[in-house]
Amino acid sequence: MKKLLNVLYVTTPEAYLSLDGENVVVLIEGKEKFRLPIHTIESIVCFGFLGASPALMGFCAKNGVGLCFVSPYGRFLARVSGGVYGNVLLRKKQFRVSDSEADCVPIAINCIIAKLNNSRVVIERAIRDHPGQVDVNALKKASTYIKNSTVQLQNCSSLEEIRGIEGDCAKIYFEVFDELILHSKDSFYMRGRNKRPPKDNLNALLSFLYTLLAHDVQSALETVGLDPYVGFLHRERPGRPSLALDIMEEFRAFFVDRLVLSLINRKQITGKGFTVRESGGVMMDADTRKNVLMAWQKRKQEKITHPFLNEKISLGLLPYVQSLLLARHLRGDLDAYPPFLWK
Amino acid sequence: MIYKYKDEDLLALSGIQHFAYCPRQWALIHIEKQWIENLHTVEGKQLHERVDNPDFFESRGGVLTARSVPISSYELGFFGVADLVEFYADEKKGITLNGRQGKWRPIPVEYKKGKPKKDIIDQVQLCAQAICLEEMLSTTIEYGYLFYGKTKHRTKIVFGKQLRDEVVRLAEQMHSVFNKQITPKPLTNNKGCKSCSLVNVCLPKLGTKQAGVNSYIKRYLGRE
Repeated sequence: MKKLLNVLYVTTPEAYLSLDGENVVVLIEGKEKFRLPIHTIESIVCFGFLGASPALMGFCAKNGVGLCFVSPYGRFLARVSGGVYGNVLLRKKQFRVSDSEADCVPIAINCIIAKLNNSRVVIERAIRDHPGQVDVNALKKASTYIKNSTVQLQNCSSLEEIRGIEGDCAKIYFEVFDELILHSKDSFYMRGRNKRPPKDNLNALLSFLYTLLAHDVQSALETVGLDPYVGFLHRERPGRPSLALDIMEEFRAFFVDRLVLSLINRKQITGKGFTVRESGGVMMDADTRKNVLMAWQKRKQEKITHPFLNEKISLGLLPYVQSLLLARHLRGDLDAYPPFLWK
Repeated sequence: MIYKYKDEDLLALSGIQHFAYCPRQWALIHIEKQWIENLHTVEGKQLHERVDNPDFFESRGGVLTARSVPISSYELGFFGVADLVEFYADEKKGITLNGRQGKWRPIPVEYKKGKPKKDIIDQVQLCAQAICLEEMLSTTIEYGYLFYGKTKHRTKIVFGKQLRDEVVRLAEQMHSVFNKQITPKPLTNNKGCKSCSLVNVCLPKLGTKQAGVNSYIKRYLGRE
């Protein structure tokens, strides 16, 4: 399989990125702090105010290195992408499928099957690993509900029905999510998802990591020549990467929820690393953000046997592999889209 | 003369070697526009960068040498660039060249990294170039040379009927696949997959090893 390259996260807000030869150079107050050959990285995520030089942007666009700007809060601002490349036939097929509800439904079902399956794995693992600490009954009930929904899901014939089942299951899942938090329950609790801005530490953490995941999935889709803005379950809305959101569904529980739980339960982060702003929005401090990013990067290096390909790959390549499998399905190599199902 | 193809139908001649190697690899590159470099492709590119020089034209000892010569054939439906074409002074069999005295016989030379191969992929590409030159110069070319980077030697390739038929056959297949716009399935048991730079895009085992997607999903949802 393709090699997993690193992502450079620039978390100092005062940092300015520039290009020197084939190196990305990080400057702080005009002084060089750090440099890195660009061919060793897959993308750059910049949390700064100052941004990057046009030369660096051009180089990244030309060489297929993702460059993405997010606010210091972790909200997505912009990304630099080069000319549209890849296969116009593949994109046209994607658009045709996207325009036909009947064609969207089977793909959307498979994405959501994986979402439900993978959220159930999070719940089932908590039951298995901490039977004494969690409300097993409540968790079992949620898990069974989601399992039954998976069966119903397979008979859906409209996107509306799929969205309905998905919404119900998300609600049930986040209702028991609190049970999965074993420590620092005063600092980390789930009383419903909120995003703009996140109003508690847990939501801040989830939103931050979902943004990183979305960035990875979007880059992966572009790499294989798919248009990340044209989705099958999520409808198009200008500025919304609908296909990236579709494919992300498979990964939310596996990549983000699981990581968030282990960061909290292993006390790698604490409530002290978060500040409530005047507006009620919650923000992470620089050290916590660094910890989270390091844990995220480390997780991407872990290996897994891909359930469909039966091939050992780094977790970080999963968005790429799923994008490739989707492209292969759209181009007719596979009878359906095989989503990522976690064991 | 009415040719088989028009300008807009022409395909890259260099693709014939990819197509002969694996039709799927060719389709991934030329239909799906996927390209990934590996050691082999980078070495090949470097070799051609050294050879490539469209301004180079040398005249020495009765031989004219032209590099990076644009060529095409509307009969095969190809366009491309020949690395090197040598023109030998030959009053009997030669043809007249623009702005040159005397008569000249063209001989194509193609640069390849590595050493002579068992298969005829390189020969097919050279022969296709010769057919282009024949069409453009209204002549017949009996042979050409493959120059191998590793051995630094030229191998003479005679353009016999069998080789020419193979070029025509591959050209027709390429146009047929291109018009259908469907990427062919992977070759089964293709030993070449190991050194193919597109192996991770192609996923040659897809659809051969795995059962269908639906049984994969059933298997996962059924476990407990």
